[in-house]
Amino acid sequence: MPILTVDGIEVEVPQGATVLQACEAAGKEIPRFCYHERLSIAGNCRMCLVEVKPGPPKPQASCALPAADKQEVFTNTPMVKHAREGMMEFLLINHPLDCPICDQGGECDLQDQSLAYGRGHTRFIENKRAVTEKYMGPIVKTVMTRCIQCTRCVRFAEEVAGVEEIGALYRGENMQITSYLEKAVTSELSGNVVDLCPVGALTSKPYAFEARPWELKKTFAIDVMDAVGTNIRLDSRGRQVLRALPRVNEDVNEEWASDKTRHAVDGLVRKRLDKPYVRKDGKLVPASWGEAFAAIKAVDAGARVAAVSGALVDCETLYAAKALLRSMGSSVLEGRDNGLSYDTSNLAAVNFNSTIAGIETADAILLIGTNVRWEAPLVNTRIRKAVKRGAKVFGIGEEIDLTYPVEWLGNDLGLLAKLPDGVTEAFGKAARPALIIGGGAMTKGQGASLALVETLGLIQDGWNGYNALHFSAARMGGLMLGYAQPNGMADVAKAAPKLVFLLGAEDVQPGVLDGSFKVYVGHHGDKGAAMADVILPGAAYSEKSGTWVNLEGRVQRGDRAVFPPGDAREDWAIFRALSEVLGHTLPFDTLDGLRAKMAEEVPALGRIGELAGYEWAPPKLDAAASGPVSYPMKDFYLTNAIARASETMQRCSAELIHGEAFAEAAE
Amino acid sequence: MIASIDDKDRIFTNIYGFQDWGVEGAMKRGDWDNTKDLMVRGQDQIIEDIKASGLRGRGGAGFPTGMKWSFMPKEQKPGKPSFLLINADESEPGSCKDREILRHDPHKLLEGALIAGFAMRARAAYIYIRGEFIREAENLFAAVEQAYAKGFLGKNAAGSGYDFDVFVHRGAGAYICGEETAQIESLEGKKGQPRLKPPFPAGVGLYGCPTTVNNVESIAVVPTILRRGAAWFAGIGREKNQGTKLFQISGHVNTPTVVEEAMGISFRELIEKHAGGIRGGWDNLLAVIPGGSSVPLVPAAQIMDAPMDFDGLRDVGSGLGTAAVIVMDKSTDIVRAISRISYFYKHESCGQCTPCREGTGWMWRVMERLRSGEAEMHEIDLLQQVTKQVEGHSICALGDAAAWPIQGLIKHFRPEIERRISERRGEPLAVAAE
Repeated sequence: MPILTVDGIEVEVPQGATVLQACEAAGKEIPRFCYHERLSIAGNCRMCLVEVKPGPPKPQASCALPAADKQEVFTNTPMVKHAREGMMEFLLINHPLDCPICDQGGECDLQDQSLAYGRGHTRFIENKRAVTEKYMGPIVKTVMTRCIQCTRCVRFAEEVAGVEEIGALYRGENMQITSYLEKAVTSELSGNVVDLCPVGALTSKPYAFEARPWELKKTFAIDVMDAVGTNIRLDSRGRQVLRALPRVNEDVNEEWASDKTRHAVDGLVRKRLDKPYVRKDGKLVPASWGEAFAAIKAVDAGARVAAVSGALVDCETLYAAKALLRSMGSSVLEGRDNGLSYDTSNLAAVNFNSTIAGIETADAILLIGTNVRWEAPLVNTRIRKAVKRGAKVFGIGEEIDLTYPVEWLGNDLGLLAKLPDGVTEAFGKAARPALIIGGGAMTKGQGASLALVETLGLIQDGWNGYNALHFSAARMGGLMLGYAQPNGMADVAKAAPKLVFLLGAEDVQPGVLDGSFKVYVGHHGDKGAAMADVILPGAAYSEKSGTWVNLEGRVQRGDRAVFPPGDAREDWAIFRALSEVLGHTLPFDTLDGLRAKMAEEVPALGRIGELAGYEWAPPKLDAAASGPVSYPMKDFYLTNAIARASETMQRCSAELIHGEAFAEAAE
Repeated sequence: MIASIDDKDRIFTNIYGFQDWGVEGAMKRGDWDNTKDLMVRGQDQIIEDIKASGLRGRGGAGFPTGMKWSFMPKEQKPGKPSFLLINADESEPGSCKDREILRHDPHKLLEGALIAGFAMRARAAYIYIRGEFIREAENLFAAVEQAYAKGFLGKNAAGSGYDFDVFVHRGAGAYICGEETAQIESLEGKKGQPRLKPPFPAGVGLYGCPTTVNNVESIAVVPTILRRGAAWFAGIGREKNQGTKLFQISGHVNTPTVVEEAMGISFRELIEKHAGGIRGGWDNLLAVIPGGSSVPLVPAAQIMDAPMDFDGLRDVGSGLGTAAVIVMDKSTDIVRAISRISYFYKHESCGQCTPCREGTGWMWRVMERLRSGEAEMHEIDLLQQVTKQVEGHSICALGDAAAWPIQGLIKHFRPEIERRISERRGEPLAVAAE
């Protein structure tokens, strides 16, 4: 542990730390552009220069210099000031001063640092350099004249996203950052380069010219586009969410977010249900809340009622519906509206037990029927990290590009019973072996995969390598609240309920609930609403304070950014109001009251930010499995009602999945 | 004053290509003569001998070669062999010595590669040759083939029991790939951009393995030093500036040439003896760039009797560099000459780090205006400050190399620049100190 001084302040830093980190430990701010904690060190912006003794009589790049014992670092000497002013001047001479029309304005590193470290005037009277725009896809807008060649985007694409599609062309002052052949960057994480870009060279295309950062209200929320539970910040103005940005959470999303997380938000203002509807003569017609409630009461279902939830629902909604059903005398709850069914008697056996951060440390991984890259892009980046550290990855399923080398064993679940020697050998040597079974393979392969816990030695001291990978944000919360019938939707159909509540359920197969009176409680006019007899307009994830449990069992809570549109209400309040009409008044009047009751029933749902900590007691299941698995996700960009309503996601799908060419507007 | 050397003390006996460059000719001149004998003295002893000879790197920086080799690991980690990388990407304006070695005496280089590679326990040597050297590369490829055919390279190289391979790789014509870490990047197939140091190549170099990068001349002189003894080499020249050196004399001399001479020979003797004197006589000498385009120029009065070695030229505010002596007489437009050098560095900057990428273009543009006089007086100081903002702030030495020629110009020829600006404006030149 080297001990060094920074401006006379003594600090001790871990072995291998850089001088820049030592300066930060001493509370000294070091300006930087190219350095980023999660990327490799480039050392090319030269903004972080400091004076170091002992050393050559010139300033040193602190981001790349290892901290050493007895070093003396100076951050405020004339040499450092001269160096910073010089670099700032060089960065600005060819940078267009178009801040007034630049989307980065107000959150621009170059602006901030030129204010703090730059000179007040310019001495450059030559012509400025101009660079042509580069097409990077539907998410990233480029104004490459503003680029300062820090290469953060290049390093992100190569190191984190795993697509080597951004790079530098030419040399010297003609150096340009571009995408490969100027085609769209084929990554579901491409939006992150917008955050990484310290200037306005890469900005968000859907958000272009929408707002200034100081106009926005910032709300901390939880993303529902997949089951990772990405921590996000929703930036809203008035009644509209304008963008979603990731927040730092080392355990969950580090500081990344998928493109769907970021850019599905424009779907929040399209195809919205903003008033109740009642089906009359086969047609859905607008109605008042009273009429809608009366229509539901008229069904007179008694105890023959069921609830089916979709992928985006929060625990509060699930609990309110459950409480209503219970008071009506029913417990027919199901969360796997898409028809999957697997044993849920032990939650640990359907959980991502090694945790999202933990999978990074795995050294042998077997993927069973899961397209991790689509189903959980931020789990995929963790696996990629593990691979970089030397982990071996095997896969059962159709061969796909996961951005790291995978040894594909074949597409047959029968392989689980007779794994090739190479696999057993690698797992035999592994200290932290892991298995990841996708939601799509659970129905057929759950028993066989659980049998491997023993064979492959997945459970070791302080390590549980058995992982189920879900892709619905509501999944784990739903399972904790009992939204699972032993045989899934088949049991719901068998119960033949007179009344069914569809809680944002979009994927119910046609015909399954034909005899039932369907009440859709949700926010988008999508597939679920189309089959409903009554529609009760609810709130999307941005419009309510809600609790979600991610795929590793982490309970997280998000806040409300904006109010639901029109007559739409928060879902729990709808059930509270409906319960009074139906004569089964629920025992809570506020959200806090509901949460208290919910935590009473399922204590883990009250421990925000923590893992639920399921007890490992896997069920004994038939270990026979055979046949191919197909990945359930057919289109990464259009997986739920919000994404389907989003123009950005539609364009991403058309361009990146279906290969449609979008020519830039003709000049 | 250091005396000129006799023919018997010349290492490069076929530098003008009057004899056969191939392996037969080379063997007649004494190359590959019992190379095994030079190696049996042991790896550490070779390094000690090179240290004792006082050989300093001939690529420009003048780092002691023996010491550089001693940084290489004595024990190899599994999967991490050591490599010798020979820098034959000679692109410095004014330099043309490695090319003579490559086309007329390639076997000196290959024999040196084997001995140096053996001394630093390298598995193989890579020779990175400049892309524009077409004929030179042809000869080098042929020479390598000849050496393999004779058993001098490959398994049990030269009968020494040591396995050693030599690979030749042709560059694509970027000056920056002469920088050692950029060369490693380029050899690995990446964009030629210098790496950050530390780690140094001796720790993490080519493909992450320990690597030493040496200039062609540094390696080519090694066999002769070992044959004739470190004391012989150390006996030529001055303390810390020992041995012989290939000087490349170009510009306004009567007979431009490449010649091997003793380090520390005076500029006057070098020019008189080998280059036929200055064009128009010594009174017509304006300035000299003594070490290739990246060192500052030295005005006539200071250079005439300066010793031509690392320390002697440092004392006159310049450097030996690659000993590419560019002589300029009074017909030279000195501002234009430096502006052209400035353009070269702007063109060859790799663009990785800010000061060099942005600074070289800025400096060149100001230089161009100073050349024509379309500038303000204060811009001379501005330019000086910009060079100071580039110098010492970049990742590699290209930033320094771009700054120094301009600093030299402003230091020695400021009145000339001021004259142009005044003339352009039609103003009489201000008389000093009213």
